[in-house]
Amino acid sequence: MHIVVCIKQVPDSAQIRVHPVTNTIMRQGVPAIVNPYDLFSLEEALRLKDKHGGRVTVISMGPPQAENALKKCISFGADDAILVTDRAFAGADTLATSFALAAAITQIEKDMKVDMVFAGKQTIDGDTAQVGPGIAKRLDMQLLTYVSQIDALDLDKNEIQVQRRAEGGVQVLKTRLPCLITMLEGSNEMRFATMENMFRAARYPVKTWNKDAAGIEDVSKIGLKGSPTLVSKVFAPKPKTVKAEIIDTESHEPRDIALTLVGKLFTQHPKLCDSIIRRAA
Amino acid sequence: MSDATAPSEAPAKKPAGRGNFELDERLKAYKGVWVFIEHERGEVHPVSWELLGEGRKLADRLGVELSGVVMGSPGLPTRRFCEEAFFHGANSCYLIEDTVLANYRNESFTKGLTDLVNAYQPEILLLGATTQGRDLAGSVATTLQTGLTADCTELNIDPDNRGLAATRPTFGGSLLCTIITKNYRPQMATIRPRVMSMPERDSTRTGRIIEHPLNMIESSIITKVLEYIPDDTRDKPQLPFADIIVSGGRGMKRPENFQLIWDLAQVLGAEVGATRPIIQAGWVEAERQVGQSGKTVRPKLYIAAGISGAIQHRVGMEGSDVIIAINNDPNAPIFDFATYGIVGNAMTILPVLTDIFRQKLATARLAG
Repeated sequence: MHIVVCIKQVPDSAQIRVHPVTNTIMRQGVPAIVNPYDLFSLEEALRLKDKHGGRVTVISMGPPQAENALKKCISFGADDAILVTDRAFAGADTLATSFALAAAITQIEKDMKVDMVFAGKQTIDGDTAQVGPGIAKRLDMQLLTYVSQIDALDLDKNEIQVQRRAEGGVQVLKTRLPCLITMLEGSNEMRFATMENMFRAARYPVKTWNKDAAGIEDVSKIGLKGSPTLVSKVFAPKPKTVKAEIIDTESHEPRDIALTLVGKLFTQHPKLCDSIIRRAA
Repeated sequence: MSDATAPSEAPAKKPAGRGNFELDERLKAYKGVWVFIEHERGEVHPVSWELLGEGRKLADRLGVELSGVVMGSPGLPTRRFCEEAFFHGANSCYLIEDTVLANYRNESFTKGLTDLVNAYQPEILLLGATTQGRDLAGSVATTLQTGLTADCTELNIDPDNRGLAATRPTFGGSLLCTIITKNYRPQMATIRPRVMSMPERDSTRTGRIIEHPLNMIESSIITKVLEYIPDDTRDKPQLPFADIIVSGGRGMKRPENFQLIWDLAQVLGAEVGATRPIIQAGWVEAERQVGQSGKTVRPKLYIAAGISGAIQHRVGMEGSDVIIAINNDPNAPIFDFATYGIVGNAMTILPVLTDIFRQKLATARLAG
């Protein structure tokens, strides 16, 4: 069995700060990490490999330094890592990104048949949740998003059964391989890297593929050119100019203050108060 | 892009390719605003009505029709869904009924929605940013090879080119960005539930239903739904749908003081919410967390006691109609965006507030 896991190197958004004067993002010193949602998918792929044997290949599209994120995945137990990197990819939106990754996976498939692709349910920097579905569509794979549990995998029958988070419940789905899966957060816990794998990761030469190596001929489908969407502006949220009306009374007595507040609520927001009365009745 | 050949009627104030472009003739045929009506277990997700409210504004600005898209199997109340869509502002509904649409599945719904778009060519297509909406939107946009903007918080029409300007938070909510779709149609966007306000329901409104075939047979669909296990919602808090929420934060000091929050909530028939530190301390269950890593709420009334109003909490509740803040720090950021503020000790204010609400409501009930 061969599983490809798509990952992305992202800035640790918890540590991003906005410059108070210029309102621009201060990227300096913000550590780059493997997108946390991708790790649930990587761990699930590694568990399937533990159980059924086979290989796990991690792939990422990004700048040369994204190599570090791929090495991290090797340290967790992935077998191979490929970085798809080319200046021509710059400015790619989700449509152009799924095109490039799908092309690269098609190249990978030439060496070894791909049974499953895993991707994160979304990234923490873009949050779009679109690249996974996009790759599945382009590779004509069955799509299983927001998977909370893999119930069964039958490699002889080429069948998989999963539980998928839906609105208000869980769908139990059965489908045929090849398929693309995005895992729900919290569905598993990433293992610790073993000493052996850490050493392996340190020595591991990440394969880098440019657009030609990824089998991309049509440059109108990648990068800025292949992206229908365009960021027209980036700006800081406007602070609200109207501050709260502070309720106070001459006596400063809590009871008087509360009376004033409730009185105001009933005179200024009659509709709201009607609905409170109806609810409380 | 066609900028080079387009007649230069637009003023050259913007650089070419940045929002100032002439649409291909073929794409000018795309007209109208569509909202995908999402349903599960015979119930329409409220986000669909919220989007019809927002879609109505966009359609009016463009001078075009607003339509709902309903897909389902003949056994489902799909016609009632269409009717409800009219009540919430749609002029028409596109309806696909087929037995293979009994449950949401990516393959069949992607084909249905893609076929409809190709046949009737809307310029804007909106979906809820739910597990269903996001699953479907990504597949449909890739099939149509068009742009899709996720998790928008604001939608506008650029008067220069009739294009959709979709604004969304970026970099963990610290900045906003506005995204446009260049020479591609339809312009697609997903919007999170409770971000847009619910439009008024007007049951006198009517509209046209346009039926369309799916042309798919069950045996051609690879993925099968074996079962649907509904979440056990008994006794589970339903914060996102609450009309009134009373929330407590670190200023409540001790777990036993949280009873004051419960008391007020009971009198008002409200849900109880909390900030992340309260959840982490285990005073209330995780489902009650309001904020960036918790629930987004949009109640008619939000009472925040002992909450400072940090950005992580603010993004989850600032859409509330009326916010009452009780905090002993007059400089707490919550007073920057609350409607009413009381500077004082929440442990003293809450019991008297509960008492006065109780009396006032009793009087109002007698009167009314």
